[in-house]
Amino acid sequence: MISSGQSLDRPFLTVNNLGVAFPTEDGLVRAVDGIDLTLERGKTLAIVGESGSGKSVTAQAIMGLVNRKAAQVTGEIWIDGQELIAMPEAEVQELRGSEIAMIFQDPMSSLHPFYRIGDQIVEAIRAHRPMSPKLAKRETIEMLRHVGIPAVERRVDAYPHQLSGGMRQRVMIAMALINSPALLIADEPTTALDVTVQAQIMELIQRLQGEFGTTVILITHDLGIVADVADEVAVMYAGRIVERAPTTILYDHPEMPYTLGLLSSVPRMDRAALERLDPIRGNPPSPINLPKGCVFQPRCNYSDRTGGLSMTVRPELLPSGPDHLVRCHLPPEERQRIARDVLAQLAGAPQ
Amino acid sequence: MTLETRDILNVTNLHTYFPVKSRGIIPRTIGQVKAVDGIDLQLASGETLGLVGESGSGKTTAARTILLLVRPTEGHIEIDGQDVTGFSTKALLPVRRKAQMIFQDPYNALNPRHTVGSIIAAPFRVQGVTPPGGVKNSVLDLMERVGLNPEHYNRYPNEFSGGQRQRIGIARAIALRPKLIVCDEPVSALDVSIQAQIINLLRDLQQEFGVAYLFVAHDLAVVKQISHRVAVMYLGHIMETASREVIYSAPLHPYTHSLLSAVPIPDPKQQRHRTRIVLQGDLPSPIDPPSGCVFRTRCFQAQEKCAVEVPPLVEIAPGHKVACHFPIETKDLPARVEVEDVEFQEEAPAVEDGGAVNGKDSGPPVPTVPASSPHKARR
Repeated sequence: MISSGQSLDRPFLTVNNLGVAFPTEDGLVRAVDGIDLTLERGKTLAIVGESGSGKSVTAQAIMGLVNRKAAQVTGEIWIDGQELIAMPEAEVQELRGSEIAMIFQDPMSSLHPFYRIGDQIVEAIRAHRPMSPKLAKRETIEMLRHVGIPAVERRVDAYPHQLSGGMRQRVMIAMALINSPALLIADEPTTALDVTVQAQIMELIQRLQGEFGTTVILITHDLGIVADVADEVAVMYAGRIVERAPTTILYDHPEMPYTLGLLSSVPRMDRAALERLDPIRGNPPSPINLPKGCVFQPRCNYSDRTGGLSMTVRPELLPSGPDHLVRCHLPPEERQRIARDVLAQLAGAPQ
Repeated sequence: MTLETRDILNVTNLHTYFPVKSRGIIPRTIGQVKAVDGIDLQLASGETLGLVGESGSGKTTAARTILLLVRPTEGHIEIDGQDVTGFSTKALLPVRRKAQMIFQDPYNALNPRHTVGSIIAAPFRVQGVTPPGGVKNSVLDLMERVGLNPEHYNRYPNEFSGGQRQRIGIARAIALRPKLIVCDEPVSALDVSIQAQIINLLRDLQQEFGVAYLFVAHDLAVVKQISHRVAVMYLGHIMETASREVIYSAPLHPYTHSLLSAVPIPDPKQQRHRTRIVLQGDLPSPIDPPSGCVFRTRCFQAQEKCAVEVPPLVEIAPGHKVACHFPIETKDLPARVEVEDVEFQEEAPAVEDGGAVNGKDSGPPVPTVPASSPHKARR
């Protein structure tokens, strides 16, 4: 840990030009291609995207989980004044689980099936802090109770398969937070769960975040969850961020046509059903054979309004108003007008 | 031609139980998983009925039983006016021309060793039907119709993305122009943009061919987009059924309220100022379901009566049926409801009967209502 005076100067998390590329037989797959992020302490950043957008690889890179033998990781990841990419593996391992922790989508495959849940959390404590097994177990029980596991004294000796999906995810959260990490990365934490359980888990994460002052990166495809919990949103497509803004700005004034497409694709429960949804056409591009120019251009309804620019030139992520970054060749007034029209059409039949 | 209003599907008193066997050399049946425990469903031709519920609610088992992929324990299934409940597999063959299925996982529903052309032609082969113009031409038409490139006729499923595979499954299902398609979570494995494409495709096909869908899903927003009517299932029972408009804007069952309030709305301003009903715990075991109303262990309206009497599914308004002793209107919901699970209390020492306020209390909304009923009875 560095002194607080230093960390006041810059954001808690800064990612500069992060790239993750996997050499494959078919060519180099740039899963993540030049990502920049900043995040203040205690805030929640949501990274949204569809499968293959690179959102999970970004999370794994920040967590130091990308295999450096299999992938080329470039750029800089600064957490609390420490740079992770150039750091020796042993030191990263020291940080992982203590300063940075992660919750995965599938709690069944993230917990060891042969060990009692209590023992797994005790191990997580003792890996980072010298503590007697007895004290560690006491702390484990305390934490399990804190995340809402009923009948803790009995459940602490249960095996993962004896718990329901929601309970297992609570155990994962307890394990992730047991060493009070400064940064929690939640990769699709509720995707495998029912909506009623999802609501419980998201409330739990928010409550604990408030109590411990944890900074959270939430990886999700669900725009509803983002609207619920995020302070900031980064929308990813084909390995890059295409739009970044504070949550309310992103939902009220989206500018990138891909963001608009996502918002028009989701059926809305709070509005009268539309006659037809207006989905993004086509399929995401192959990461080996990305389109020239704007990566979203083949699916974009408005690319013909860029004067051919989107066919040839990769757009940059540029500011469009305070805290709002957009990667699009369309002139700002033009894309703002498009967004207004599309959103008005979506809201056309309010209930 | 049949009449427009005729029911294509009529399910009465459907039960599907699975035996639980003891371990040992001679396994005995020691219990039953009551996956579907007495449901009635009607579906008119050209209509979509959304069947929603959480995992373990029995919605998928119900769907599979309706097409007799699983045999019912009790009850009757009528497809297009014909009671098919006791039909042998052989006798079902002609029925399958009328009723088809689309599966959740487009990766496992297609034989990886068959070409797309062969997969889509399978219904013609199995049924011994030669469509006018020949099988191959029909398959090419079907591929075009569902948005696949007919040039991909000789490709294998692994060369397609999830959304395209689901299109293959849909082409196969509509090949024989069935009157009913049971769709089991057809879009839940797909990305949102692809999901919307498939929903639109299903709707277009319905308008074109007048096919009826039984649409099984857990995503309430998707169900709202596609369904005309909705049935809400919980632990093998139907809790509430009504037209789409009524289910989403004027539901009466506490479980429907809970489900609706748990779905996050993609609008930060609305989402952060909503009534939340946070259910605690998980579904009880279907092997040993709660007495009386199966939802009572997680219900903020539960009272003594709920543990004793099974609430019948009664028609409260035309087309609106609710199985609840204490239905509640949206306007009477408190601002926030937290429901303690009975199982939690059972296992916790000490705090057995914490003082509690019933969620039904009128008056100004209060920030937090611990709503476990004081009378809540136990299993």
